[in-house]
Amino acid sequence: MSHSTVPRSRTEADTTGKSPVASGGATGTRPNRPKAKLSWRLRFRRDRVLLLMTLPAVLLILVFNYLPILGNIVAFEDYDPYASDNGIVSMLHSPWVGLENFQQIFADSAFWSAVQNTLVLFFLQLILFFPIPILLALLINSVVRPRVRALSQAILYLPHFFSWVLVIAVFQQLLGGAGLFSQLLRQHGFDGLDVMTDPNTFKFLVTAQSVWKDAGWGIIVFLAALSSVSPDLYEAAAMDGAGRWRRMWHVTLPALRPVIALLLVLRVGDALTVGFEQILLQRDAVGPGAAEVLDTFVWWNGVRNQDFGYAAAAGLVKGVISLGLVLAANKVAHLMGEQGVYKK
Amino acid sequence: MTAVIDKPVEPVKSVRQPGRWAAPPRPTWEEEPSRAGLAGKGLVLTLACLGILFPLWIVLVTSLSSRKTIDQAGGLVMVPKGITFVAYKELLSGGQVTRAAVISVLITVVGTAFSMTVSVLCAYGLSRIGSLGHRWILMLLLATMFFSAGLIPTYLLVQSLGLTDSYLALILPSALSVFNILVLRGFFMGIPQELVDSARIDGASDFRILWQVVMPLSRAVLAVITLFYAVGYWSAWFNASLYLNDQDMMPLQNVMIQLVQKQEAPVGLGQAIKTGELSGLAVQMAVMVMALLPVAVLSPFVQRHFKKGMLTGAVKG
Repeated sequence: MSHSTVPRSRTEADTTGKSPVASGGATGTRPNRPKAKLSWRLRFRRDRVLLLMTLPAVLLILVFNYLPILGNIVAFEDYDPYASDNGIVSMLHSPWVGLENFQQIFADSAFWSAVQNTLVLFFLQLILFFPIPILLALLINSVVRPRVRALSQAILYLPHFFSWVLVIAVFQQLLGGAGLFSQLLRQHGFDGLDVMTDPNTFKFLVTAQSVWKDAGWGIIVFLAALSSVSPDLYEAAAMDGAGRWRRMWHVTLPALRPVIALLLVLRVGDALTVGFEQILLQRDAVGPGAAEVLDTFVWWNGVRNQDFGYAAAAGLVKGVISLGLVLAANKVAHLMGEQGVYKK
Repeated sequence: MTAVIDKPVEPVKSVRQPGRWAAPPRPTWEEEPSRAGLAGKGLVLTLACLGILFPLWIVLVTSLSSRKTIDQAGGLVMVPKGITFVAYKELLSGGQVTRAAVISVLITVVGTAFSMTVSVLCAYGLSRIGSLGHRWILMLLLATMFFSAGLIPTYLLVQSLGLTDSYLALILPSALSVFNILVLRGFFMGIPQELVDSARIDGASDFRILWQVVMPLSRAVLAVITLFYAVGYWSAWFNASLYLNDQDMMPLQNVMIQLVQKQEAPVGLGQAIKTGELSGLAVQMAVMVMALLPVAVLSPFVQRHFKKGMLTGAVKG
């Protein structure tokens, strides 16, 4: 991170040979200025093509990631979507209500139910989902035959690339009222069972879907960490009399620790985001009582009920808490001596 | 091959060439694995793989089954009895699903080309340490990984830009993934500076260096990121449900929601399903196979590059 004062290697070529810097040096304001501190104007002339290349991406990011932040103003308004055809014009014409939307949200039992569902799902996924990729990675890593390894990796990665629509459709064919499981139950004289619409088991269903889709993909980071462990460490441990399990405990797991810490930090920072698309697709079948999470609460109130001010306020509450969580999780990682998402 | 064996060497019974599935020799210090251990590992791995493949197998087989077979099985078919492509023929002979599939392919191709162009340009523009403003731009991009403006403000923005009922609304708002840009940048930064410098001395412009030096050396990571973007566009349904009102404009995923989740018959095929020529279940499964096939066929080809792509994703200042 400390290379910012080092000139791009291209500088030398330019100063020795070609015109921009040479002429700039001749007509420039300070001929004796050290090379490392080129003036802003010269650096711009040197790097303008690079800047031009980043321009489309910067514009897209500014328009679609930064500009909407201003739109959170509607959270403080009694926003009327029909005030005009254009959302921004409506925003300017809607009456200001201060914190009224927030007061209503905090008094809304549906909001607190969404908060509760979100947190329960987060903890459930942390306990049931998080360890699986680690265990699978250890398993795959111990497979020595390259072909078996590549084949099982190909199969395990596959569902990650399926859409949520497809994953839920597959689960419906297996566990739905007309699905394979019910079909087999009925053929053997039992009643059919529709897991897909059962609010009681819905959170486990969602977790199972996440595991099916993404647990295989999750092993990739751990495999990368495992492949960077020097075989010498294992050999030395074996020479000292450590068996398989002790080698795993004292060599393998310490190698995984930074990755596990980083992923935990990321997960905790993202705690309030629990599978928006996945849950939205199943919300109607299960009912909001069990399936409403914070993101779908925002969607329901805003997009469905057209109560934009109310929904934006709920979204803003979620956004601010999430930002706090990310920063706090990083702080904890730094205190633990791990790197976290960004460096100190 | 000089595998060291610490047991007495037995006479070789049959000379077997080490096949492509054979295990490489173990290091001498490692214990021979126990049979129970091997069996246990094999069992867990097989179960995990079957857990993924079995549902897909059922979907595929049912989509290829005739109405008679499906009725006999009482629903989903596990063992194929005669293969028929009637469901696919009906779905692909024009009509709702054909149109949706074409729309999805077009959005995926155009969107991926757009995303890749913008991302590669940006990644190259940021790949030279010490270039003017690169740290500021990098911060601008990185910060977006910490917050999201929220669904409602984004919706209002896209709507006021006049993008509703336009396919641009399915491409522009989600065109870039900062993570992908950082992975590309990390890879570009690893390319030897001497190559870039010598091209520059030969008079190549930045665009030409990117096209003729940097990109040919980055095929692996370009393949991975192209796959990521393409899968993103192919799988997307939410923006279409948000910004498109015309049912005839919907991509394949949205049509799949109607057909499979809401159990509606495809427009125009309702009669054929009622009168019994066509199984509704086979039609549902065929749509699912159409959605998963491109992904399932393409992703294994890119698989060997995944790790490389993910590893270089580490953020370098």
